[in-house]
Amino acid sequence: MPAQTAKKDPVDLLFSSLTGLASFAIILFIIGILWVLIYESLPAIQRFGIFHFLFSTAWDPVKEQFGALTNIFGTLITTLLSLLMAIPVALGIAIFLTEVSPNFLKGPIGTAIELLAAIPSIIYGMWGLFTLSPIMSKVVEPFLQNLTRGIPLLGLLFSGTPLGVDLLTSSVILSIMLIPFTASIARDSFNLTPAVVKESAYALGATQWEVVRDVVMPYAKLGVFGGIVLSLGRALGETMAVAFVLGNNHRIPTSLFDAAATITVTLANEFTEADQNIYLASLFYLALVLFVMSFITLAVAKLFLLRAERRYSK
Amino acid sequence: MILETRRKFSGAIALSLSTLAALTGLFWLVFILGDVLYQGLSALSLDLVFQDPVPAGVAGGGLRNAFVGQMLITFTATLIGIPVGILGGTFLAEYAHGKMISRIISVLSDIMVSVPSIVIGTFIYAVLVRPAGHFNGWAGAVALAIIMIPVVLRTTENMLLLVPWTLREAAFALGAPYYKVITQVVYRGAATGILTGILLSIARVAGETAPLLFTSFNNSFFSSDMNGPMASLTVSIFQYAMGPYDNWHAQAWAASFLITFFILLLTIAGRLIIKWRYHS
Repeated sequence: MPAQTAKKDPVDLLFSSLTGLASFAIILFIIGILWVLIYESLPAIQRFGIFHFLFSTAWDPVKEQFGALTNIFGTLITTLLSLLMAIPVALGIAIFLTEVSPNFLKGPIGTAIELLAAIPSIIYGMWGLFTLSPIMSKVVEPFLQNLTRGIPLLGLLFSGTPLGVDLLTSSVILSIMLIPFTASIARDSFNLTPAVVKESAYALGATQWEVVRDVVMPYAKLGVFGGIVLSLGRALGETMAVAFVLGNNHRIPTSLFDAAATITVTLANEFTEADQNIYLASLFYLALVLFVMSFITLAVAKLFLLRAERRYSK
Repeated sequence: MILETRRKFSGAIALSLSTLAALTGLFWLVFILGDVLYQGLSALSLDLVFQDPVPAGVAGGGLRNAFVGQMLITFTATLIGIPVGILGGTFLAEYAHGKMISRIISVLSDIMVSVPSIVIGTFIYAVLVRPAGHFNGWAGAVALAIIMIPVVLRTTENMLLLVPWTLREAAFALGAPYYKVITQVVYRGAATGILTGILLSIARVAGETAPLLFTSFNNSFFSSDMNGPMASLTVSIFQYAMGPYDNWHAQAWAASFLITFFILLLTIAGRLIIKWRYHS
């Protein structure tokens, strides 16, 4: 081991401790964020407790009553809806890029999809407000409403005035943002399938689609799942893409055309306006809930991805 | 025979659906970029960069304050984030190579990369804004640096690991201490890779809005004082787009255009460098 002999040099000792310190900054940040958020939200934790805060729909700065449920509900609904819309497209893109596309198109289309991931979220948000939202309110939402009118449950989901500033529009924007993340991880997982295994399936007479469905997909299952959970973690914390078109309405939405609030949107809109201590503490409490939620989700995703990597890239 | 036609038929359907999916992805890209390009270009003028904002509702004016603020904040963030990121990555790839702690920090920084940036904003608010008593540019820069560090750290680690061990051993054999091996041999071997990481991390933070909302806040006047509230392009875009005035919207589009293409340029440059250096 070179490190042992090198440790004798004082400059080396200094340099190595400097690098060590820098890398421990990561741990410091995570512990620091957790500690500060808990400390700052203590007044709210003491006043509202944990379960009462998480399951209360109250959000009334005037009466100083705060609960997280409307925000958590909005976060979960937009996240789930956007994943539902993003996953099929992302998997399709991954299949296209690994199996269908001619070789000369793989590079350009792959890059184009990844550029979609590089666009800042505020651009998605603004585009959503000025371009997508009018399209949703004038074309897509009335169409969906007419389509589902009279159908018991679906009709209810699409009831209300289609304003374009609602859960559905936010989820569509969020799904466009999630597509490239999910697609690039799925593509990388698909690429891990050894060519020999695919070729043996072809040799048995399988069609291209059967190879994808029965060989590539099962092989990449773990990685794809990890990618989906990773997108879920990202969606939970996305702020600017939804801040423009969600409406920041603290009520449990009953229709996809209702304005709603997510944890991130509430923070973005109200953090600088919070004038009472308990209000600010409740917002910190919300941030804490979001941090814990997304940290756990991301850790689970990472676990799956690591496992997939270990299993297949031997 | 019927079974075979059916298999071929379902295969054709599935694969055309996947092509359709790829087209959908491309459609969104073209739609969004085209819109930003069209709306941005039609609102773009020199005033945007060289004029300060005028009172709301009055025509004219620009976002010079936001451009300067954005540059100062991003630049300061880079000054903090890049050394820490590179040193941290060095520790993981060199001194702690193969050790448990290296794996743990790697995983944690991968998680940190995706932690909601607005949470980092609230954290910095509690740590740097409230004690100072006012919003300030430093706080914004530190918030961006915290987002930047894990990105730079992970790329540095990966790029250093690509440098062959035999190269280090050759330097050790000449009697060089480890720090000299790292700074003079390993860093040189990985320089382009690290540069790419830096470019991509700048691209990553240049479009961040959420962590600036309650750290550097906003300022309608020109200010180069990092100790006071500072305008940034992204926060200005948010404010202007949500505002009621048409010329605000136009300026928001123009600013979005500039920021989007700056970021895409960095991203493409980063990808080209990787391709040129590691795949040819």
